[in-house]
Amino acid sequence: MLNDQVQKEIRGELEHYPTPRAGCIEALKIVQNHERWVSDTALQEVADLIGIPAAELEGVATFYNLIYRQPVGKHVILLCDSVSCWLTGCGKIRAGIKQRLNIDFGQTTADDRFTLLPMACLGNCDHAPSMMVGEVLHQDLTPESLDQILEGVD
Amino acid sequence: MERPLTKNIDAGREPLGLKDYEAAGGYQAVRKVLQEMTPEEVTAAVKKSDLRGRGGAGFPTGLKWSFVPMGDDAPRPKYLVCNADEMEPGTFKDRVLLEGDPHQMVEAMIVAGYAMGADVGYIFLRWAYRLANQRLLAAIAEANAAGYLGDNILDSGYSFKLHVHTSAGRYICGEETALLNSLEGKRAIPRAKPPFPQISGLWGKPTIVQNVETLCNVPHIINRGADWFKSISRSAEGGTKLYGVSGRAKNPGCWELPMGTPIREIIDEYAGGMQDGLKLRGLLPGGASTDFLVEEHFDTPMDYASIAAAGSRMGTGTMILLDDGNCPVGMVLNMMEFFARESCGWCTPCREGLPWVEKILQAIEDGNGCAEDLDRLSAHARDLGHGNTFCALAPGAMEPLQSSLKYFREDFQSHITNKRCPWS
Ligand SMILES: Cc1cc2nc3c(=O)[nH]c(=O)nc-3n(C[C@H](O)[C@H](O)[C@H](O)COP(=O)(O)O)c2cc1C
Ligand code: SF4
Repeated sequence: MLNDQVQKEIRGELEHYPTPRAGCIEALKIVQNHERWVSDTALQEVADLIGIPAAELEGVATFYNLIYRQPVGKHVILLCDSVSCWLTGCGKIRAGIKQRLNIDFGQTTADDRFTLLPMACLGNCDHAPSMMVGEVLHQDLTPESLDQILEGVD
Repeated sequence: MERPLTKNIDAGREPLGLKDYEAAGGYQAVRKVLQEMTPEEVTAAVKKSDLRGRGGAGFPTGLKWSFVPMGDDAPRPKYLVCNADEMEPGTFKDRVLLEGDPHQMVEAMIVAGYAMGADVGYIFLRWAYRLANQRLLAAIAEANAAGYLGDNILDSGYSFKLHVHTSAGRYICGEETALLNSLEGKRAIPRAKPPFPQISGLWGKPTIVQNVETLCNVPHIINRGADWFKSISRSAEGGTKLYGVSGRAKNPGCWELPMGTPIREIIDEYAGGMQDGLKLRGLLPGGASTDFLVEEHFDTPMDYASIAAAGSRMGTGTMILLDDGNCPVGMVLNMMEFFARESCGWCTPCREGLPWVEKILQAIEDGNGCAEDLDRLSAHARDLGHGNTFCALAPGAMEPLQSSLKYFREDFQSHITNKRCPWS
């Protein structure tokens, strides 16, 4: 069951739109904030709360790459692999993550701490290469700074 | 040199709060339009300035506004949407404005909202801009408390509610009609035009979608007039532009400069030239969806008409530099991977064609290309071009491809002949 807190947050967001349906993406993100990902059960419950068919909500959920329909680790690493980061060496950062955490794009560490995903241009191109760990932006990455950043994550 | 859009921005400190923003002349444009101007006069002032959209397409802003039904019979509610999705690779200018001066963004929404008679505004913000989100919410809360937003603003009779909508990813959300579907809680598939959003947009009501930077120009045009706006540029097109440089320059960054500042000046004087030992081979003037320009074009002024005459588009005005230590084929491959991944999948040429282009390029880059591949790529550039797909994503993707085949043909050829990438 979606707990009271989640339901309250979702209802608050729905007020910003003339139809409840418009709040469905926000609702999925709220579930995710609490549970890391959107399970089948949670999807059905959000669909019921909003009043749209679960199949339609599934269509929405699977369209957006920041809605996770599979379990992810405690920290999601979003590594920008778009052109400015490519020119400045994001390939080395990806290799560094692989070496250190033994995961590539789409994978989660065995201890469930990290999931690595590719990310479209983070809009931080003057400080490429860039990545986000959770909600925190890291920039001007080098293989050395990567080590420090990963060590600093709890 | 005047820098109206970034004058309050200092990356070293927090953005101005309401009181400081007002002390710096903020919210004067809101007072002026609500107390002295009709909505039609505001639109006329923007029209007179010849302001063009800064989101990529360069459409005249005042003209766009003039298509919105006005008067008592107009359908309601009307919506104003700020496009703050900024996912075009190499583009980071709207972030500067959103994080640096959130009250300017709020003021711009109110002024533009008044001009079109909007009841509700949404700022469609990409999820990754966490700091911008936080700062916008704080500015909106202050503006609500001060009576600049909400019911009967400054006793004018005009009411306007403003919300921030954070997205959940996907580049296609930046396309204005896909954005509207996303705001309605649907898959972000573009809509057929016509009807244009100005007539039938969000929930079928009159809607304007406008880029962050475009909107931020509006309060300054209202305060200081069209003649001033035209006078601060270095070209026939008015105003300033936030230009960016990324890639292996010494000092990549984003600067507000007069419209029409030449490419070379931006790279040499502001971005500090290339990093030692590297030579500039070419650049994309305004994001990944624009054609390459090369040495012979570097003295071109960065404005819509001049960049078009040079065979490219100004796009977002944030240029991406290709240096001689990076492989042009690899760079184009990277962009095609991006576009293939971000295609919304709605129309066949784009959904099927982009992955094919990507695979051909990957083969060439890996040393497995063949002589016919270059013709196949050219055929795709033609077949996925303007008019053949449902929206502008695929045609935009073809711009760097077709121009790389023109300017870096020898590099493609040498990959095929020598069966390897010279840079790997
Ligand atoms: C695939 C695609 C992505 C786009 N992304 C953006 C974007 O992130 N931000 C933006 O302002 N415009 C973007 N645009 C352009 C918008 O469709 C629209 O033209 C623009 O928001 C209008 O505002 P303007 O006239 O102020 O530029 C995109 C267009 C396409 C085809
Ligand atoms: S061109 Fe691509 S992104 Fe645009 S509608 Fe067709 S499939 Fe979707």
